[in-house]
Amino acid sequence: MIKIKNLSKKYNEKTVVNNVSVNIKKGKITSFIGPNGAGKSTLLSAVSRLIKHDIGEIMIDKKEIKSWKSNELSKKVAILKQSNNLNVRLTVRELVSFGRFPYSQGNLSEHDWEKVDEALSFMELHDIEDQYLDELSGGQRQRAFIAMVIAQDTEYILLDEPLNNLDMKHSVQIMKVLRRLVDELGKTVILVIHDINFASFYSDYVVALKNGKIVRQGPTNEIIEQGSLKEIYDMDIPIKQIDKCRVCVYFA
Amino acid sequence: MRNSTKLIILSVLAVGLVLAFLFTDLGSNWDYVLPRRTMKILAIIVTGSAIAFSTVVFQTITNNRILTPSIIGLDSLYLLIQTFIIFLFGSTNLTLMNQHVNFGISVVLMILFALLLYHFLFKREGNIYFLLLIGLIFGTFFSSLSEFMQVLIDPNEFQVIQDAMFASFNNVNTDLFYVSVLLMGLATLYFLKFEKYLDVLSLGKDTAINLGVEYDRVVQRLFIIIAVLISVATVLVGPITFLGLLVANVAYEFLKTYRHRVLIFGAMLVSIIALVAGQLIVERIFTFSTTISVIINFIGGVYFIYLLLRESRA
Repeated sequence: MIKIKNLSKKYNEKTVVNNVSVNIKKGKITSFIGPNGAGKSTLLSAVSRLIKHDIGEIMIDKKEIKSWKSNELSKKVAILKQSNNLNVRLTVRELVSFGRFPYSQGNLSEHDWEKVDEALSFMELHDIEDQYLDELSGGQRQRAFIAMVIAQDTEYILLDEPLNNLDMKHSVQIMKVLRRLVDELGKTVILVIHDINFASFYSDYVVALKNGKIVRQGPTNEIIEQGSLKEIYDMDIPIKQIDKCRVCVYFA
Repeated sequence: MRNSTKLIILSVLAVGLVLAFLFTDLGSNWDYVLPRRTMKILAIIVTGSAIAFSTVVFQTITNNRILTPSIIGLDSLYLLIQTFIIFLFGSTNLTLMNQHVNFGISVVLMILFALLLYHFLFKREGNIYFLLLIGLIFGTFFSSLSEFMQVLIDPNEFQVIQDAMFASFNNVNTDLFYVSVLLMGLATLYFLKFEKYLDVLSLGKDTAINLGVEYDRVVQRLFIIIAVLISVATVLVGPITFLGLLVANVAYEFLKTYRHRVLIFGAMLVSIIALVAGQLIVERIFTFSTTISVIINFIGGVYFIYLLLRESRA
């Protein structure tokens, strides 16, 4: 379990994350939602040790993040950031094989390659595994990066806006994959997401942030309701029940 | 073509040029000429490799293929030290002043500067681009300072500085050469501990951290290794970092791989080829009427314009 306790992060004088406490349940999808600049990405980066937090503690499986060895932690937690511009030219397979670095330190064993193959099949990338990343569409690229994270074989998978710049079809594809990761492989997925309908449809828990603070957190259906959303986004968002799913009609 | 084939081609070319340099036009005084040429070629191989190697590593940790380590101002610091010595004591003193002392002072000051730069800036800001920016400003400051002193001194004394301004393999001090090889060898041995991280570092800071690289520590060590290599090479033969940009990019273009084991080795070979070929042209065709920096900058410039034109058409 990941426990975040009284976490704060300042950039110069500006407090971006302010006294945040969250517990993240194992084996579930937790979505961080909230307006731009709410501190969602910063929180996610702190949990994945990409940035150092100032105050508070982050416990990952009962051990503070700073006392984890970097290499050990990379077998436990994986993060995928929203912009993935590479300076090197790699094929899909080469990229995915980098996911094994924490285990292999660059010399991949038979077992490592098996894991790479598993990740490629999980993301259905085998037909394009020898193509270069810069020749692929945005959706294919994103799938390749997720495959790398899967090859890393961590308990926790953190994603910062994985649907950024993707069309509906690819967004749904990615979200379904995340759901399968949780349901079939027992992973814990934490993601920052802007489209609250995707959050509503696919996540188990929602944490809502605003101005660096947590406004609401809880099971998805407790957060996706008019009162909470008003508080989070300062907008009146009507919610329609379609079959079992709550849809937020935020366009008007 | 496979990478191993390409590396073999480069090796053959490098060895061929080295042999050509050693044994053509030998004349009858070969017992005098050969040892001198051997010394020269050794200096070329060692410094050329060091520059190629440190440029590739530097470009990987900065994630930028058009930077060279000279951006942190080590070249200009070297010229400043040389100018300052002449400015204070005069050129007669430089020739009097023990070459060993000059070597020691320069190497120590340059490495010290790099470490200070790193310590004060990178430690606090944690941002390598900030470090480069400050390095760039210091570099400019050092050159302006040197230029200011160069304008004030006697023109004859300026001649002496001008010699230091261009890389030259013609007067490499044997004792200093061995010391340099020792220093560079130690730095390289230390580097082997971090070699495995380079491929991952080329994916960028966030991905590297995600994959379990202790980014700050690794980058700091690599930075120190680069500073040692560059300082020693510069003091031994003069400012020669310009070469790095060219050979690193030729290696990327030719080898088309992300694997640093291949890239570094390839860049070293390209560097040796460029320097030996350049030295051959300087000695045999221009009979020392120009310097190797000029030749390599000329060829490098042409190659770069070619690259730019090709890129813009694609």
